[in-house]
Amino acid sequence: MAVVAVPKPSEESKTKITGQPNTITLRISRSNPSEGQEAAFSEFQIPVQKWTTVLEAILYVKQNFDHSVAVRYSCRQASCGSCGMKINGKPALACYTKISELNSNVVTVEPMNNFPIIRDLAVDFKQLISNHKKMKPFIIREDSEVTPESKEFIQTPQDLEKYLQFSYCIKCGLCNSACPTMATDTSFIGPQGLAQAYRYVADNRDKGKDERLKIVDDSHGIWRCHFAGSCSQVCPKGVDPAMAIQLLRGYLLGFRK
Amino acid sequence: MAERLSNREGIKGMANPTRYGIERVAYWLQRLTGLGLLAYLIGHIYETSTIVNGKIAWDKMLEFTQTPQGHIFLTLVIGMCVFHTVNGVRVMLGHGGIGVGKPGQPEYPYKAASLNYKQRLCIWVSIALAALAMMYGASVLFGD
Amino acid sequence: MRESIIMKIHYGTALGAVALVAVHILMRMSQKFSDSLQYQNVIANYHFLPYALMLEVLLILLSVHGFNGLRVILLELKQGSTYEKMINYGSLAAMAILIAYGSRTILMAGMGVS
Repeated sequence: MAVVAVPKPSEESKTKITGQPNTITLRISRSNPSEGQEAAFSEFQIPVQKWTTVLEAILYVKQNFDHSVAVRYSCRQASCGSCGMKINGKPALACYTKISELNSNVVTVEPMNNFPIIRDLAVDFKQLISNHKKMKPFIIREDSEVTPESKEFIQTPQDLEKYLQFSYCIKCGLCNSACPTMATDTSFIGPQGLAQAYRYVADNRDKGKDERLKIVDDSHGIWRCHFAGSCSQVCPKGVDPAMAIQLLRGYLLGFRK
Repeated sequence: MAERLSNREGIKGMANPTRYGIERVAYWLQRLTGLGLLAYLIGHIYETSTIVNGKIAWDKMLEFTQTPQGHIFLTLVIGMCVFHTVNGVRVMLGHGGIGVGKPGQPEYPYKAASLNYKQRLCIWVSIALAALAMMYGASVLFGD
Repeated sequence: MRESIIMKIHYGTALGAVALVAVHILMRMSQKFSDSLQYQNVIANYHFLPYALMLEVLLILLSVHGFNGLRVILLELKQGSTYEKMINYGSLAAMAILIAYGSRTILMAGMGVS
């Protein structure tokens, strides 16, 4: 049964979950800003195993209690980047977070911060995608490897390693949600976009370095990153946006050519 | 209204140093000490300007600042200055891409190379040096 | 001015200020702290031209660094072209006022106006 109530402080107390089936309280933030509905929590008692993920718990709610809970998900294996949300106060992928590793009998899920809420846990990615596009996320060069007279662009494993990890970005938005600058700066490109700019700048097939550096060298560009590292703390794919941003800034500071 | 719709964390989220490890604490301290030092700079320039009004005005200002409370405040300023400097050098080098690790194939559990032990050590060293400087400063100020 | 140039100035002023603040503090430590603050000693400091010049440079470095830092924080807190313009020019004005006010002290005390 769904109960909309504010939890008592004692319910927040941490207890270790054993391997046995257990019951936890799942608190889901419910809101619909376009309809003027303020956020309130719905609480559900969910049976969990040690392998149950937060996404599975939310889907259990949809199947058994309230199918109107709005959540975006797809692959259930941390590949699509759809199910980013705030889990017990920190951004994480719901499909990639086991309830047992949260060490709490109360699990609170909220929509990611720094993204407009569509409804409940689903947020709007318009700004992230538009900033991603601004970084020109494609190889820029005059010639092409697809014309009949051209040859393929050769890359050594070392060349590949310079950008490979940054190309693993699944655009889940967790980094933008954790970033302290994004918390207040609505015009900031964000760690996702900046890391993607570096991904292409570091690619030796690309010739668009100067173009991209000009885009990020803005009053709400790369200089608004202060290397707090929160983006890299929450990245579920090991992209390490903080590293990418510092390496990209190295070009602007003249440390790298 | 717009703020609520955009679901930004706002100043509260920006200034909350508790959720993302020591690096976020360092970010927060760097801001706080920066603001504190700017306030001190303005105060210090005002304080020293009294010298142009002669010895009596200067001594009056000293009477106001050279008190136990004034010494505690100055001790704090010393700590802020040392932390802001040492951590600032770390951040500055990091901004140039120095000490942030090398890109490579990420391996589970995907520990970020940029949040390495050298960075964390530098943050702790900044805090320790600030504490040492404060102790030394307090001994000089209160030892007089 | 491009943001990269502003931030290079920010880093440069920081490094310069670190060196000069160290000298400034060491000057206080060259004698007993309370003695170093005595009127005659402070006036003597201002009369010593290289030191007075160093104070002037230090004043400029710290004002530029401090108010640019404040500008960065304020730019991140709120956005909008009018607000941002106000912050940019406001921090420039604050730098200029602080430098002018500090320079007045250095100049007047150095020239023995008091």
